[in-house]
Amino acid sequence: MILSNTEEVPGQSISAFYGVVSGSTVRTKHVGRDLMASLKNIFGGELKGYTELLHEAREEAISRMVQQAESLGANAVVNIRFSTSSVAQGAAELFAYGTAVKVGA
Amino acid sequence: MEEMDPGLINLFLAGVMLLLAFGIGSWIESRHFKSIRRREEELKRLPAVTLERLPTPDGWDHDHSGLVHGHVVVSVDHFKRFVASLRQLFGGRIQAYESLMDRGRREAVLRLKEEAAKQGYHAVVNLRLESSRLASARRNGKGTAGIEVFAFGTGIKMRRLGA
Repeated sequence: MILSNTEEVPGQSISAFYGVVSGSTVRTKHVGRDLMASLKNIFGGELKGYTELLHEAREEAISRMVQQAESLGANAVVNIRFSTSSVAQGAAELFAYGTAVKVGA
Repeated sequence: MEEMDPGLINLFLAGVMLLLAFGIGSWIESRHFKSIRRREEELKRLPAVTLERLPTPDGWDHDHSGLVHGHVVVSVDHFKRFVASLRQLFGGRIQAYESLMDRGRREAVLRLKEEAAKQGYHAVVNLRLESSRLASARRNGKGTAGIEVFAFGTGIKMRRLGA
């Protein structure tokens, strides 16, 4: 599966469109991580717990989008966009969407 | 022994906390910037641009491309947050937060470039940056736990024609 946030796959032409595919996940942090982060907040710097959490979540959103594209028979997703929104207090939705296409012959 | 006023003790503790946060926070930040500058120097060979495509040099062609991303969650220290809240009384520039955003963006782009380098890409096109605030669970979500900066783009690999 080729993923790209450009309108086309560089160096290859698109032969079929399958429409929009998307993947999302809603995550919340656990109390332990929150506590560690609020301690780290005194001195500033990277909050590794949150970085990891968001990384996992985003990977999951991407893989769900890829699954959907695969089930449509696509071999690439182009023009991928991401968005984040807070659904409830302490919970965030990570959303990835793009256009499923077939590239090459 | 004379009993101390609890208000005074609290004020003293708050002062110590601010000083400590200032000292350690500044040290962590300057160490972070040092590491950012060093890694930026190392990754100079891998350009990341906001253009959709890069011109392919003569005799070269696109070989392979793929999504790359990098992100980081950073926060300011207690002292800077205090200074920023004072600044908000008078308005104007809040340098403490400017350096926080700068630090976050550069780190996120660096992580994107590091991932691109690991996967053997020669350049990153269509770089996009997004940032969002992480609300802290305390104080009814009014406080800020940190800011997240997310960088994503498409890594491209070039190939010499006829090779």
